[in-house]
Amino acid sequence: MLTCKDFLHELSDYLDASLDAKLRAKLEEHISECPNCWVIADTTRRTIQIYKGMEPYPVPADVQERLMAALERKMADKRG
Amino acid sequence: MAVSSQANIDESTLVAQAREGDTVAFGELVRRYEGKIFRLAQHITQNREDAEDVLQETFLKAYEHLDQFQGNSKFYTWVVRIAVNQSLMKLRRRKTDRSVSLDETIDTGEDTIVREIAAWGEDPEERFSREELGEILDSAVQGLETPYRSVFVLRDIEELSTEETANALGLSIPAVKSRLLRARLQLREKLTRQFKRKGDDAFAYM
Repeated sequence: MLTCKDFLHELSDYLDASLDAKLRAKLEEHISECPNCWVIADTTRRTIQIYKGMEPYPVPADVQERLMAALERKMADKRG
Repeated sequence: MAVSSQANIDESTLVAQAREGDTVAFGELVRRYEGKIFRLAQHITQNREDAEDVLQETFLKAYEHLDQFQGNSKFYTWVVRIAVNQSLMKLRRRKTDRSVSLDETIDTGEDTIVREIAAWGEDPEERFSREELGEILDSAVQGLETPYRSVFVLRDIEELSTEETANALGLSIPAVKSRLLRARLQLREKLTRQFKRKGDDAFAYM
């Protein structure tokens, strides 16, 4: 029988779907019987999901201008 | 510098053009990834000024060393690696963070501690404004120590594979996996405190 600790240990791979079918089935059996682990799996899955949905930061115009100016200098040096 | 007609060209073509000296193509590569690199730099350095420096240094270095890019990884992954190195260097220089070294052995005995168990209420996206949510998510990541933060940022924010993350950070795959698990569980705790259904209290577990 899988313990809660075993379940937590495999949680990342379980959520990334990178486990073999046999272990996956064992973990699924565990969460179907253990409400605590079900909640942990669900909230961890949502944690990962919410970060994946984050938009990249817009680069402020002044920062971008400095970046492009520095690049242009570098490019001119390389050409020269 | 970037021209809109470049916007649909695939990355490897742009890289090939840039290597031939096409500065417009390189400009398009910068435009494509600058937002992600800026975000990564802010997450790792936790300092706006440093992140601006890292952004600039990363693309200057990438341009300078473009001939060393092997093409057996994605250009983006290669740039991320430069950005990670630059970011960690900034942290070391500041020396305010004692957990800067990624090589140190980390006690993973505690990696499965869970204190807060509560189901989340409605979607946090519905409950909080975009800005509020962004602040909650950023401050949770900022609370992680560097070894965990850098793994989490690369795996779950920048969506690099386990192998790409291991390469970028110079870590073994098991180290990436154990740090990722610990980072995810720590963030889950922090977010649960904000997002749990009203009336649900935490109870002791394990």
